[in-house]
Amino acid sequence: MKKNIDKTRRSFIKVSAAAGGGLLMGFNFMSCEAEPKYLEYAAPDFAMPEKWNTLNGFLKIGENGVVTIMSPNPEIGQNVKTSMPMIVAEELDADWDRVIVEQAPLDTKLYKRQIAGGSQSIRLGWKDLRETGARARQMLLKAASERLEVPMEELSTSKGKIYHKKTDKVLDYGEVASAASSVEVPEEVTLKDPKDFTLIGTSVRNVDGFNIVQGKPLFGLDTMEEGMKIAMIEHPPAFGMKIKSLDDSAARAMSGIIDVFRINVEPEGWNPQWSDVNAYPELVAIVGESTWQVMKAKKALKIEWEQESKLESSKDHVATMENALASKKGDEARKDGDPNSAFEKAAKIIEKTYTAPFLAHNTMEPMNFYANVTADKAELIGPVQTAQFLEGTLEGVLGIPKENISIMMTRMGGGFGRRLYGHFGTEAALISQKVKAPVKLVYTREDDMTQGTYRPAYMVTYKAGLDEDGNLMAFQIRGAGIPRSPIFANRYPAGTVDNYRVENHDLETNISTGAWRAPRSNFIATAEQSFLDEVAEAAGKDPIDFRLSLFERAISNPVGEENDYDAERYAGVLKVVKEKSGWGKETAGIHRGVSAYYCHNTYVAQVLDVAMEDGLPKVKKVCCVVDCGIVVNREGAINQIEGGIVDGIGHALYSAINFVDGAPQQSNFNKYRLIRQSEAPESIEVHFVDNGIDPTGLGEPSLPPIGAALANALYKATGTRLYSQPFVDQVELLG
Amino acid sequence: MAKYKLNVNGAEHQVDVDSDTPLLWVLRDSLKLVGTKYGCGIAQCGACTIHLDGKAARSCSVPIDAAKEKKITTIEGLSEDGSHPVQQAWIEHDVPQCGYCQAGQIMSASAFLSENKNPTDQQILDAMHGNICRCGTYTRIKAAIKTAAKNA
Repeated sequence: MKKNIDKTRRSFIKVSAAAGGGLLMGFNFMSCEAEPKYLEYAAPDFAMPEKWNTLNGFLKIGENGVVTIMSPNPEIGQNVKTSMPMIVAEELDADWDRVIVEQAPLDTKLYKRQIAGGSQSIRLGWKDLRETGARARQMLLKAASERLEVPMEELSTSKGKIYHKKTDKVLDYGEVASAASSVEVPEEVTLKDPKDFTLIGTSVRNVDGFNIVQGKPLFGLDTMEEGMKIAMIEHPPAFGMKIKSLDDSAARAMSGIIDVFRINVEPEGWNPQWSDVNAYPELVAIVGESTWQVMKAKKALKIEWEQESKLESSKDHVATMENALASKKGDEARKDGDPNSAFEKAAKIIEKTYTAPFLAHNTMEPMNFYANVTADKAELIGPVQTAQFLEGTLEGVLGIPKENISIMMTRMGGGFGRRLYGHFGTEAALISQKVKAPVKLVYTREDDMTQGTYRPAYMVTYKAGLDEDGNLMAFQIRGAGIPRSPIFANRYPAGTVDNYRVENHDLETNISTGAWRAPRSNFIATAEQSFLDEVAEAAGKDPIDFRLSLFERAISNPVGEENDYDAERYAGVLKVVKEKSGWGKETAGIHRGVSAYYCHNTYVAQVLDVAMEDGLPKVKKVCCVVDCGIVVNREGAINQIEGGIVDGIGHALYSAINFVDGAPQQSNFNKYRLIRQSEAPESIEVHFVDNGIDPTGLGEPSLPPIGAALANALYKATGTRLYSQPFVDQVELLG
Repeated sequence: MAKYKLNVNGAEHQVDVDSDTPLLWVLRDSLKLVGTKYGCGIAQCGACTIHLDGKAARSCSVPIDAAKEKKITTIEGLSEDGSHPVQQAWIEHDVPQCGYCQAGQIMSASAFLSENKNPTDQQILDAMHGNICRCGTYTRIKAAIKTAAKNA
């Protein structure tokens, strides 16, 4: 069943666990109890319809009123499989207790943008999803008005039923669904006033939640198809290296091994798309009967590697960025006023440099894909954030026309940007084509971590000039990134200061990089908001009041015309967090830091409370205020915000990928430190600004600012400012 | 290759695999019990957690030889219908985001609660230290374990 377990179901579904067939396990601690326990949440109990009536590509309604809504975009944990269908259901006035959600097939003509990326699924899907639901409702009303022989205007709908108040007649959607399916699709529809929403803004449980907790096969790696073989790849040990020769004799002789060969995902003369970022185009593929057999054979391969370009090291990356910022002139991205003269006149100058290393995505489900490629057809199943682009790549690489390629999108064990780059799908397809059999390509964790599309390494130098009264006169940001500078030139504090300048240094690398949850923002927010904290202190001002004074300038008399934010909404979240966190109140042993940031069209402000316990930082509480416009699924939204906060704290504190001679030094979780249960905040409190504006991004915006809230709190706790991520490397933190 | 008899989720199974095969891959490839997840292969992430005679174990690092005399329970066998108090608490708190690590989290939590029915917060944190959630659902996991302890 693919129905979420709704809380309204709780009161009447009470199934004795013992009566339901008994518990299997003797040690199950429930069975130790004398009294039988009752289920609060169970699989939905409605019957499947005998006939589905398709109203449009997004939904079909059974004769018994059960509604299936297609979720157009891939699910990576951002919960769009619940929230996108909610939007359709709202305008349809469906009964959510009788809704089934299915993952839509790849069909961009019908579903348009089927991408998980940029926190844009809800924002860009909002209008179409609403209209889709509203059109179907209109068709049901038309069919009902003909059936009841009453004017459509006299009909109303609620929870899957159509009411004619004058005659007290009620029709279930199921009763008119068949007739409605042949009604002409209306061109124009009236959408609800958001004030009348009954589903949007409530909390609906994850539609896959009940399947997840039972371990049902939902993920790409769970794919099991008839005749399927297992494939793995071996890639060069370092960026800058390639295969010289392959001796596969030992591997081929091992049990269960079918074939070993070289593949190249970038054939000559082929034009890559943006999504074709790939560490190593040429790989060794091993195909066999079972995962373990192939894993063992992979270790038995004897491959000679040869250098083809520079072998880069992290210490050189740091030096390269330092040199760029020290000596070379970068690209000026924005200049307001005359920063140089303003700095000369300033009473006080603060200048600080911030750095962060490469990061791996480390989705818990490693890269994998199923492919069955025959002479003229390719069928793929797997976890990819950009199936529509993978389709185009496959057409070019396989030489099979798009219409003969199908890609089924599975639920993904995390994305964070890694699965925007679907080379593993292409690799699976090439391997299947070569062995003429269906294969599932599986990356080991080591393959996954050492063949990344990493978050770039960054360095940025901030410089602020204050006058004698502590007012900000001049501001300069000079950024370097391998390969791209992280600065958004037109974002805050652009627009708040007369003399302002941004300079970028983009530095070459042969290490593959890509989008990592909240690209660029995931670093620059921490740097910017840490720096503003230090500037506020130098100005002798409260850090929230200092930021608010800058917004006042941006509201009343903004500098420049291309400021990429709404200063009132930005200031708004800071004002609310000031109030909700009880800012200014001192508690013994608790040290507080504040941060605010805008990205993915959403405004976030956070106050973080830290205590030092046995010389180690313990985050006691995070108070987070979010302005993302209308909140579609409240509990799901809170979960996203909590996750971004934990993710941001973890990576700022602990995580790094370092390179020595082109080789990543971390290849598994024993060396790459991810945040764990005991290191997460004790509590996270989330508040939304209720302004009725169309919804904006949620999967990413809570992550970028939290690193600075943490750094600013840790400064209060330790007296040390943190400039270099991961913070844990700074020994003074460890007491 | 060698033949092994295994007791998985209360039923006897016979498999024919290489003798060094980790239990994880026996469960996933041979028995098609894919609820137990592969995350790291070196017992660092907890995604592959199962119960061996009721105790939590990382199946990626248990060779089949070490499991043949034991009662093996996977997420599929924790309950028949999702009724285990830990599974119910996970729904109550709407814990999962991507969901990939959650079977392992639930297996760790259920083994822990079977031995400690009234845990302190610190005991929960310590017991769950070996299970990584990349989405960061830790606060919900902690809350769900407290609810499960209450409802068990």
